[in-house]
Amino acid sequence: MSANATTETLSREEIINYRKDNRKKFFKKLSQQKELVLIVLPFLILLLIFSYVPLWGWIIAFKNFNPALGISNSPWVGLENFKMLFEDPTFYQSIRNTLGISILKYFLGFFSSITLAVLINEVRNMKFKKTVQTISYLPHFVSWVVAASIVLDVLSPDGVINQLLLKFHIIKQSINFIGVPHLFWPLMALSDMWKEVGWNSIIYLAAMTAIDNELYEAASIDGAGRIRRIFSITLPSIVPTIKILLILNAGWILNAGFEQVFLLSNPMVIDYSQTLELYVYNYGIPMGRFSFATAAGIFNSVVSLAMVTLANRISKALSGESAF
Amino acid sequence: MAKNKRRRLTTEDIVFDTINYIILTIVIIVTLYPFIHVLAVSFNDAIDTVRGGIYLFPRKFTTFNYVSILNDPEIYNATIISALRAIIGSVLNVIASIIVAYAISRRDFVLRGIVSKIFTYSMYFTSGLIPYYLLIRDLHLMNNFLVYILPGIVSAWNIMVVRSYIDGLPASLVESAKLDGASELRIIFSIIFPLSVPVLATITLFVAVGQWNSWFDTMLFCSMNPNLSTLQYELQKVLQSTQQFTQQASFDMGLRNNSNSVTPESIRAAMTIVAVVPIMMVYPFLQKYFVKGLTIGSVKG
Repeated sequence: MSANATTETLSREEIINYRKDNRKKFFKKLSQQKELVLIVLPFLILLLIFSYVPLWGWIIAFKNFNPALGISNSPWVGLENFKMLFEDPTFYQSIRNTLGISILKYFLGFFSSITLAVLINEVRNMKFKKTVQTISYLPHFVSWVVAASIVLDVLSPDGVINQLLLKFHIIKQSINFIGVPHLFWPLMALSDMWKEVGWNSIIYLAAMTAIDNELYEAASIDGAGRIRRIFSITLPSIVPTIKILLILNAGWILNAGFEQVFLLSNPMVIDYSQTLELYVYNYGIPMGRFSFATAAGIFNSVVSLAMVTLANRISKALSGESAF
Repeated sequence: MAKNKRRRLTTEDIVFDTINYIILTIVIIVTLYPFIHVLAVSFNDAIDTVRGGIYLFPRKFTTFNYVSILNDPEIYNATIISALRAIIGSVLNVIASIIVAYAISRRDFVLRGIVSKIFTYSMYFTSGLIPYYLLIRDLHLMNNFLVYILPGIVSAWNIMVVRSYIDGLPASLVESAKLDGASELRIIFSIIFPLSVPVLATITLFVAVGQWNSWFDTMLFCSMNPNLSTLQYELQKVLQSTQQFTQQASFDMGLRNNSNSVTPESIRAAMTIVAVVPIMMVYPFLQKYFVKGLTIGSVKG
């Protein structure tokens, strides 16, 4: 027992000494590297101010924030804001809208970008391939304001889509698409696809270029045609990429895309267009109910984080692969 | 096709290629047509546009829509502000990215672990709209040009991309420069910087495009100061007013007769084109770099 105790105290002392030594070394090095520290410092401070300091603002969800009193002096109200939030029927409506839009986007986005990547990958004329790629990436780089302007133009009652539908006698009278409540979700998914499909296909195309050409040659000697080769070689080869992206994007399931929805929503479709982010904005900025809106924002963040964790767990359990 | 000596084209090949080319051509048309239509409207007489039937080309050609928006001092000023924030924002972002990336790529840097952790974790959460809004207000950045610049100087994602690039450079370069007594800033700007031009060009372009395209921060923080308005925000305002216009009355005869040969629709078209042209101009450079940039990010990210 006593022998044990002495060795323990000894080792503890040793550890303390070792730590002291380390600390000395650390400060010595720090002063040697003070130039490096000094040049990083301003940027570290900027990051702390703009990314970490606002986290402090989360506490106003538990307070009755009064701008005149400031964050720290405003009175605590406990979970009052959350209670009001969960009693508000439009809050549930906005969760529904968020899920509806983001899930449609998620599946349409995956399907369309993988399909486009496969089709581009099959083009053997390099010039045509380059042209398709160049053009399909372009809308990604324009702002949502420009894209919304274009979408509204195309969908307007005398826009090209109405004219085509009228010409082929699919409809008898032009429709103001953007004002039809039930069309709002699919329109968000479709316009998002129009803007992002090319860009999202890049990562799959990159994965496809890594496929060994011999696989294709061997398959065609065995008599596999084009379609067969796509389904037996191309697609299975990019499964790991698809999996990782499916998981990474699962965290965005509560992200319906603020700018797009904000710009394209209008009073006619408000019941289907108010997403959680718009809910936070509407209560927070125009109405100035900062505490209540922050509570809704916290709900959004927490559920998103849970979604990422859950998706990662599921993928680990299913395949032993994890995105993180 | 005749050059393909390896194997004969089967019937399936021919059918597949034909269908594939048709689908991809449709993709091209669907992507480009809306832009071309807006371009045609922007160059068409505003009153004539109301009659409908403009497709690929203007029917009554005019540059009046452009003349009238460029003569509008607010839109002109907003365009300058957009350009300024794009230039200043991207230059400062690149300087910040290379300095921080260099520091955390130095294996002997004592604060390497903690600094890179602080930057990495910031990518995984956001504070949310309201706390951020209150922060900007408390910092007195409302109606201040700096609100466009300061929050965007440090971007953790860009730092990680540059860092993985610098990690690929030989460490001996830095060591020999240190032996020669070069200061850290000197090492960064005369050794690291010239070698990192491809990755720095990529992030410059991305930041510049992002800054040029921003409008929500203008609306949130600078809507009270018309001198700080941006082109995208001006376009957003026009967009909102035309949307209300179509809701109220699609064919308002009064407006047709009273308008001085510009309509919200033609103004919107011309502004949309003005907002897209700079993107088109940098697009060839963007395209040259972005696939590379994306791959760097995805491997290390």
